[in-house]
Amino acid sequence: MIATTTVHSGSVVLAVAVFLACAVEMVEALTIVVAVGSTRGWRSALEGTAVALLVLGALVVALGPAIVHYVPLGTLRLVVGGLLLVFGLQWLRKAVLRASGLKARHDEDAIFARQVEELSGTAAARGRDTTAFVVAFKGVFLEGLEVVVVVITLGTTSHDLGLAAAAAGAAIVVVGAIGVAVARQLSAVPENAMKMGVGLMLVSFGTFWSGEGVGVHWPGSDLAIPVLVGVYGLGAWALVTALRPGSMARISALLPGAGGSGDHG
Amino acid sequence: MAEPEPRVRQRTPVARMVAAFGRFWWEFLIGDTPELFVGAVLVVGLVALVCVDHAARAWAAVLLPVLVAGLLGTSVWRAKRRGAN
Repeated sequence: MIATTTVHSGSVVLAVAVFLACAVEMVEALTIVVAVGSTRGWRSALEGTAVALLVLGALVVALGPAIVHYVPLGTLRLVVGGLLLVFGLQWLRKAVLRASGLKARHDEDAIFARQVEELSGTAAARGRDTTAFVVAFKGVFLEGLEVVVVVITLGTTSHDLGLAAAAAGAAIVVVGAIGVAVARQLSAVPENAMKMGVGLMLVSFGTFWSGEGVGVHWPGSDLAIPVLVGVYGLGAWALVTALRPGSMARISALLPGAGGSGDHG
Repeated sequence: MAEPEPRVRQRTPVARMVAAFGRFWWEFLIGDTPELFVGAVLVVGLVALVCVDHAARAWAAVLLPVLVAGLLGTSVWRAKRRGAN
């Protein structure tokens, strides 16, 4: 019973992490594709998108099983854990800075407008439009490379590459459907909150696996992963709260002996 | 005397691919936050040393998340000091 619960909790966190990571990247890619499609025509934009998705899928199929087959599990967990730790910390740091207002939020509307302006400068070709194809391909491929790394690393270390790939596929379908429905309103997607969630999960997986790789015994085995997500979540919340403008003045005002003239602006 | 024209280095397609591959991993792992890469390596290395000692090993499950959280906090404060954008 306990074994079933731990396996399920690990699988759920894995699927959610891959789904969110893929969804965030696909929102960014979709912004580019919609900009290309609406200014240069949909045929070449969709062809570029389809080819990029095929290449990304081929990378997962080619690299995933090869890594599982040839790399020992201990080494894999240490290397992949370290990789996820660094990658997750980068996502989490950015999300914390954005949530606290220290860094500008990702603005899909601005990206869309910039892309449209750049593409409107040249006339669209008849038939297959090479510019539209290349821009759509590059947008989807470059955003998707990070997803491929997440799918392969999370999938291989947890020995569930199929589940990781399925979660990524589901995210592509869901984001694609939303993209068709709302077209240019992708800025309404709560991208920073999703990025914060992905960062928390990647850091938690990274901590867990790099720890296992160097010989840490986690209490509760896989159940330690959701606990790590919660602990890091609390830490991120504390950082965001402390970094918000005026928070330090409010904290010092609460301390005994402080002047009490906090920054209320 | 006229300056000799600088020679433009021609890269083969293979060299370009290798350079692009290296650039991708550099941006992916290090980018503008080298402290996170170096810090993560140091944290995992330190915990590996702790795990060598059987008595101290029990604390490794607490030490690792604490050090990782400290690393994140340090990097975020560093970004705040520099002006995040």
